[in-house]
Amino acid sequence: MLQGWFIVTASFAYIGLLFAVAWFADRRAAMGRSVISNAWVYSLSLAVYATAWTFYGSVGRAATDGVGFLPIYLGPTLTMLLGWFVLRKMVRIARLNRTTSLADFVASRYGKSALIGGLVTVIAVIGILPYISLQLKAVSTSFQILLGYPEIAMPPRAGSMEVMQDTAFYVALFMALFAIAFGTRQLDAAERHEGMVAAIAFESLVKLVAFLAVGVYVAFFMYDGMGDIFARAAGRPDLEVLMTPLGGAAGSYASWVWLTVLSMFAIVFLPRQFQVAVIENTDERHLRRAAWIFPLYMLAINLFVLPIAFGGALHFSPGQVDADTFVLTLPMSQRAEGLALFVFIGGLSAATGMVIVETIALSTMVCNDLVMPLLLRIRAFRLTEQRDLSSLLLDIRRAAIITLLMGGYFYYLLAGEAYALVSIGLVSFAAAAQFAPAVIGGLYWRGATRTGALAGLLAGFSVWTYTLLLPAFAKSGWLGAEFLERGPFGIELLRPTQLFGLAGLDQITHAMIWSMIANVGAYIVGSVIRRQSAAEHAQATLFVDVFQQTGEPGSSWRGATSASALQTLVGRFLGPARAVELFTAYARLRGVKSVDELEGDRDLVRFAELQLAGTIGAASARTMVATVAQEEPLGLEEVMTIIDEASQVIAYSHRLEEQQQELEAATRELKAANERLKELDRLKDDFISTVTHELRTPLTSIRAFSEILHDNPDLDPAERQRFLALVIRESERLTRLINQVLDLAKIESGLAEWRTAELDVREIVLEAMNATSAIFKSRGVALEARLAPSVPLVMADRDRLMQVLLNLLSNASKFCTPGTGRVEVRLAGDAATVRVDVKDNGVGIAREDQALIFEKFRQVGDTLTEKPAGTGLGLAICRRIVGHFGGRLWVQSEPGQGSVFSFDLPVSAEAAGAGRLSASA
Amino acid sequence: MRKPSLRAYRIVSLFLLGCLLFNYPVLALFNVGASAAGVPVLYVYIFIAWGAVIALAAIVMESGN
Repeated sequence: MLQGWFIVTASFAYIGLLFAVAWFADRRAAMGRSVISNAWVYSLSLAVYATAWTFYGSVGRAATDGVGFLPIYLGPTLTMLLGWFVLRKMVRIARLNRTTSLADFVASRYGKSALIGGLVTVIAVIGILPYISLQLKAVSTSFQILLGYPEIAMPPRAGSMEVMQDTAFYVALFMALFAIAFGTRQLDAAERHEGMVAAIAFESLVKLVAFLAVGVYVAFFMYDGMGDIFARAAGRPDLEVLMTPLGGAAGSYASWVWLTVLSMFAIVFLPRQFQVAVIENTDERHLRRAAWIFPLYMLAINLFVLPIAFGGALHFSPGQVDADTFVLTLPMSQRAEGLALFVFIGGLSAATGMVIVETIALSTMVCNDLVMPLLLRIRAFRLTEQRDLSSLLLDIRRAAIITLLMGGYFYYLLAGEAYALVSIGLVSFAAAAQFAPAVIGGLYWRGATRTGALAGLLAGFSVWTYTLLLPAFAKSGWLGAEFLERGPFGIELLRPTQLFGLAGLDQITHAMIWSMIANVGAYIVGSVIRRQSAAEHAQATLFVDVFQQTGEPGSSWRGATSASALQTLVGRFLGPARAVELFTAYARLRGVKSVDELEGDRDLVRFAELQLAGTIGAASARTMVATVAQEEPLGLEEVMTIIDEASQVIAYSHRLEEQQQELEAATRELKAANERLKELDRLKDDFISTVTHELRTPLTSIRAFSEILHDNPDLDPAERQRFLALVIRESERLTRLINQVLDLAKIESGLAEWRTAELDVREIVLEAMNATSAIFKSRGVALEARLAPSVPLVMADRDRLMQVLLNLLSNASKFCTPGTGRVEVRLAGDAATVRVDVKDNGVGIAREDQALIFEKFRQVGDTLTEKPAGTGLGLAICRRIVGHFGGRLWVQSEPGQGSVFSFDLPVSAEAAGAGRLSASA
Repeated sequence: MRKPSLRAYRIVSLFLLGCLLFNYPVLALFNVGASAAGVPVLYVYIFIAWGAVIALAAIVMESGN
């Protein structure tokens, strides 16, 4: 039954089934009931990672390396675990920015740079061509082998026949048509392909079931279970080494580790993986389930790789059959026709799935990031004036898909036979890994710049070309073998497979080490060498802090334009009808009736840019929008202005804070002043009431005695004389009191006159003692002097100082007991002060009264029962006088032990100078 | 910055565990001539460790918030 026409018919029937799945998914999507919005479908679509390379090539590699193929699937398992952080971030960014491809993503991160987008596209296209050629090789080989049934013969080498008779050529053509039909039927602003994703998920199921079917057949029908296969293989010396393959000739630990790293990058950065994992993702939460379903898928599809490899090696004699074809040739050798056909369909599934997604992703990149930016920049095409560009966009993509597949075919002719399937795929993996530093760095390092990304990509790609691509050409006879063996121009140090003498590694590990060093190194150096531009910084923040943002990203569009101009612009790329639809919906969202009422503000411009970005990529969208909207790029000066404004605001707020503090301090002072005023007011009231009370006492007695004298004219003369004497004494007291009140008021108000001069205190003390000696004698109190022979001069008013001394001396005399009383005056001076003590042995003053006696009208003792011995103002006046000259007046006393009133005065400045002179003399 | 959730710590821990299990020197421990039920222990080990990491991932990812 395996005639050519039957195989072709079966293949087309299967393809038809795929179209049906895609059509169904698209229809459901149009109805708003997406079938792909499902974590299982998402996980299965990620399995586009398993291509014909996995399907046929893993067995081939296992037959020579043992477990050496496994890192390619273990790496993605690890990556998917971190997918919740890294992939989710990329999905979020891609959705907010309407990213259409990997190139668009990288370009957008580095300031929407068209140059970066173009470079990524070129790297991706050149890097992925070998991979596409691998799929063509796998399909055409498997087709030819199946065609030879029941014979099992290896097909002729590539390039050994005419192109027109080559199966691979027709496979390429047929796949191009298939990809065009799937991916470029219509332009979509979101650049999503629901039908394609559904078909891919379906294909993933088919290839998994097909591979498991072969595995079970080989392990349990051809042999007696897995243990049987391995036990028999262990008996063969050439296979026995594969039981412990690590560390030996078959594979070093270094290549194991580097393959793991390589595949960790590949699962994200191969253009088709980025397409299904990021662009086609409908819900971030799907990543959670995919983190274990996708690894589980890979475990399942690899479970029977080793049994098939060993089974094939045991079954066929060495060299008879290429190990890459064991999956197909084993069932054929058992005449299991149905299974063989199913395997072929499974392989076809794996290959078509990869080719469709890869070419659609690459054609989007070629169109949006390479061709369109160029066309839009070349004025001769007048593209910016064309009315409807949507069909042009589709044509560019279709042409790109055909070119890519033809490129893959010619690579297959050139280098296809030089390597096994796995090696070809790894070359492409290494190319995709060059995107890792720019993307991962761009996601987490705000300071990464466009210069750095350009330098890193260029450096990594150059090393990749030199160490992997050129050797592939050399092996196919294009460059000559001496280039590999002796290096360019005979320089051995530059041999592409042992660069700088780094030997002992397999080719992929060697290339990865050098390209990563070059890539990461240039990326970092390029990023730190120059400051970011403002536009770059804005995009960097948008990417790095995507989870901290709410809503739509900001925009640098600040000029105004009209809504109709924007609508026309969008219409040219998306078709006028679609543009009307979009703008009307937007107008409704903004709450206005029609598009004409929309304001052409920055939000609308941003909206239009996003719509365009979804179709032609961020860099081109920016260029196009710039043709109708004024873009005022955020220059360094403006950034500085913004910073300046911000710092001014900060300065203002600082000043406000200071002023507030000052205000608070002023308020506190005011409060304190108010308190003091209230206190003074109270004191004034007290003072007035006290003064009036003090004035009334003598007045009362004067009046009483005067009335007695007046009413009794016949009073006896002696009595009259006594009364008159009392009246006179009370009048004197009254006068003295009034004088002192006036005196105090003068001192306190600052109106008193001070005749300050240099005085000798000793002289004044002696004079005061002379003046009061009569009083002391009459009271029977002894007055003694213990005066220093000379004291420095002080600055003071002579009369005022005399007043203080007289007051102190008369007080002392008053409170001493007549007869035994003794008052001692002491005078002492040093370089700074002159001190006078007046010591008595009178009644003394209780400790609690010692502070009170210096206040106005305070006298010690009960003023009600005892006749006051003074006015109560003397000491208050004395303290103010001494204070005026910069000195202090104080008392030391114990009740019953007498008191010592002391004051000191500062030595006058001139006298102090003289004192110092004499001291130093 | 928000505080990372417990799940985030679990995911990173699992990633590190995976890095350990699928790497030298743990692999070298099983790169020996012995076999279990006829299958070389290296193959048995890799698939069991792989399955265990996937199972743990399923538990971590599917557990409620």
